[in-house]
Amino acid sequence: MSYLPYALAVWLLVVGLYGVVTSRHLVHLVVSLTVAQSSTYVLLLAVGYRKHATAPIFKGIPLGTKATDPVVQALTLTDVVVSVAVLALLLAVAVQVHVREGTLDPDEIPAVRG
Amino acid sequence: MSPRARIPLFLVSLAGLAALLGFGVAGLPAFGDYHGPYGLVLNQVVLGERHTTNVVAAVVFDYRGFDTLGEELMLFAAVAATALILREAREEEARQVLDAVRSEPVRLAGLSAVPVVVLLGLFVVAFGYLTPGGGFQGGTVVALGLLLVYLAAEHRAYRRLTPTAVVDVFEGGGAAAFVGLALGALAGGLAFQENFLPLGKIGALTSGGSIPLLNWATAIEVTAAFLLLFGEFLEEVMVERGR
Repeated sequence: MSYLPYALAVWLLVVGLYGVVTSRHLVHLVVSLTVAQSSTYVLLLAVGYRKHATAPIFKGIPLGTKATDPVVQALTLTDVVVSVAVLALLLAVAVQVHVREGTLDPDEIPAVRG
Repeated sequence: MSPRARIPLFLVSLAGLAALLGFGVAGLPAFGDYHGPYGLVLNQVVLGERHTTNVVAAVVFDYRGFDTLGEELMLFAAVAATALILREAREEEARQVLDAVRSEPVRLAGLSAVPVVVLLGLFVVAFGYLTPGGGFQGGTVVALGLLLVYLAAEHRAYRRLTPTAVVDVFEGGGAAAFVGLALGALAGGLAFQENFLPLGKIGALTSGGSIPLLNWATAIEVTAAFLLLFGEFLEEVMVERGR
């Protein structure tokens, strides 16, 4: 039972990758990639969790109260921002592909020309 | 490669990945039983060393500030690239499309929520290093509050509210301010990005030294980044509709 959050992270990664591999639509592909990336949030936050601990914010609670790990939470924050930026960039590329090729099916897009 | 051949190949590589992940997860501490040293140390020393009550914010804007600098620049680069790609692909200007929301109650409720959401975002930013929140989170909320103008009214109003020229300046300015603060410490003879302002009273808005300034610089950049992305993608939709 105590490994359930890790199993969830692995599951998200696998489902996301499956979506990327089988995708027939670029927007679907980009969203699948985001699903795969969200596994890293679950993994990071699960690693930093401590039983019966509060959030690492010492406003109104005494110093020394058992708190979860702040470093992995800061890393997750970075992770989310990167995810959003990459999502936007890839969607912009998808728009560009649609303008140029008139399709969003990765299998119908001809090989990249220089 | 044909789609049919792709699945078996994926399953083969998935088996390898599963083995690797299983091996990795088995080596992790059991859920809830983490004893990593850095987080425990930071939870003990941050209040005394930086006077900020939100340890996560202190990590983001101070202890791992260099990491955040890279993140800021990455966000800036990604948003600039997105704008570049979309603006290049768009040959024609957006036509005047009638997309105004006609329902008066929706307009009223939506538009009156705008100041509330923006204020909530500013609050999340302002107290980000004391209570849960911060520049990244609050900046997103502010940008979404302004996007409500598009959702509840019309695209034209959103465009007038967030002129590209202004948003572009804030987007670059936020990132520049972050770098400038890091260089400012260097100019004062300290290490790059060292916290150089007085730490203030614990729990006060003036606490944390340069953390509040970095926090606001981040908020400005994130707000502008989101507004820019919304604006560019909305413009795309308008051009499509105009065709």
